[in-house]
Amino acid sequence: MGLLSKKDAKLILDPLADDNPITIQVLGICSALAITAQLKPSIVMAVSVIFVLGIGNVVISLMRNIIPSKIRIIVQLIVVATLVIIVDQVLKAFAYELSKELSVFIGLIITNCIIMGRFEAFALGNGPWRSFLDGIGNALGYGVILIIVGFFRELLGSGTLLGFAVLGDPVEKTGLYAMGYENNGFMLLSPMALIVVGLIIWVQRSRNKALIEEN
Amino acid sequence: MEHLELFFKSIFVDNMVFATFLGMCSYLAVSKKVTTAVGLGAAVIFVLAVTVPLNWLLDQYILQPGALTWLGAEYADYDLSFLSFILFIATIATMVQLVEIVVERFSPSLYNSLGIFLPLIAVNCAILGGSLFMQSREIESFSLALNYGVSSGIGWFLAILAIAAIREKIRYSNVPAPLRGLGITFIITGLMAIGFMSFGGMLTGGDDAVPATEGNAAEVGVIEKVDLEIEEDNKTAQAEVSELKN
Repeated sequence: MGLLSKKDAKLILDPLADDNPITIQVLGICSALAITAQLKPSIVMAVSVIFVLGIGNVVISLMRNIIPSKIRIIVQLIVVATLVIIVDQVLKAFAYELSKELSVFIGLIITNCIIMGRFEAFALGNGPWRSFLDGIGNALGYGVILIIVGFFRELLGSGTLLGFAVLGDPVEKTGLYAMGYENNGFMLLSPMALIVVGLIIWVQRSRNKALIEEN
Repeated sequence: MEHLELFFKSIFVDNMVFATFLGMCSYLAVSKKVTTAVGLGAAVIFVLAVTVPLNWLLDQYILQPGALTWLGAEYADYDLSFLSFILFIATIATMVQLVEIVVERFSPSLYNSLGIFLPLIAVNCAILGGSLFMQSREIESFSLALNYGVSSGIGWFLAILAIAAIREKIRYSNVPAPLRGLGITFIITGLMAIGFMSFGGMLTGGDDAVPATEGNAAEVGVIEKVDLEIEEDNKTAQAEVSELKN
């Protein structure tokens, strides 16, 4: 990494695994669960959060010395809300179907705790460049989990990925379906998102024993 | 009747936590003990009951396309709905701050028990979610909006109370080490959500209800049986919860 010093690279890489916002810091769960029935909305959501968190972190970091600490929550909310309105309007203009599908969850990026959490924990105490990296890193960590969950739910639930049938045609019994494979419609229901995330946590923590919690 | 239906629907069928996953972060973070969970739950009910009707008024008289006609006929074409996020969140943040000040002034003991949770609530997605769902479901009147706020708050309260009670119990169980804490909480919540899905059967006479034809009558019978079983499980779980409460 010639561009980034070791410390800066750590800001991006840590949230991808050992300090993941969803599985370790417990931030931003709501949206992660509600929109992951398919891969495409998961990717759109991940990209939106990367945009909002990256820019938001820089803005807050630039203003950190002039924000009175008593009203900082409102200031942060206004910054996020402005960025989210941009995302929402862009989606409505260029991907109307998708924005209908995501319904209120784009708006809920505002209260996605991952954003407020990073503002409070990082951007208020660090310079713009480092805050930008931290924002991108955490949003990527969030996106990775979203995409993993979306991948499994769409693959096992409807046998497609991004809308393409990858396992064959369930009606005409081709591909895997010829051998008696059935789609697990249960994966499309919202409770399964929770269970899939629970399993991801299980896998991650059994690989890295240092992350295991006390009861 | 309309009120009653909305009330039960918001608590059980469209439960904030189990059906739409709103307010998950604080639900997971603050559910280690029943007492703190009750405090946060009460605060959420209160804030939702205040902000949803307020935002309904904002939506009705400022934001909706054509909502500004009360200012004069020339404003009829205005559509400010793109501003709803920022206005809603501003209302919520202000109300939370206001509630905090009022509670601190008049009931210091309540303030001490709720203290840390109140500012947290401003960023609880359940609150903003309540307002946004109120907008997207086009709730018709002020009293229905108030009803929606209160009942979805109660639904959230119920959820956090149940998970906190279960987590207090599960401390004495032998959970596989990597699942301890967060992992098992996720999975339990998933199972509870599956249980809550059975409440969907409570809604009868809805528009999208499938009429039972001869072909699928047998199937419906099976599903109903399963539903009954799940409901019984729920009842025992709720009995446990209330036992713990005492």
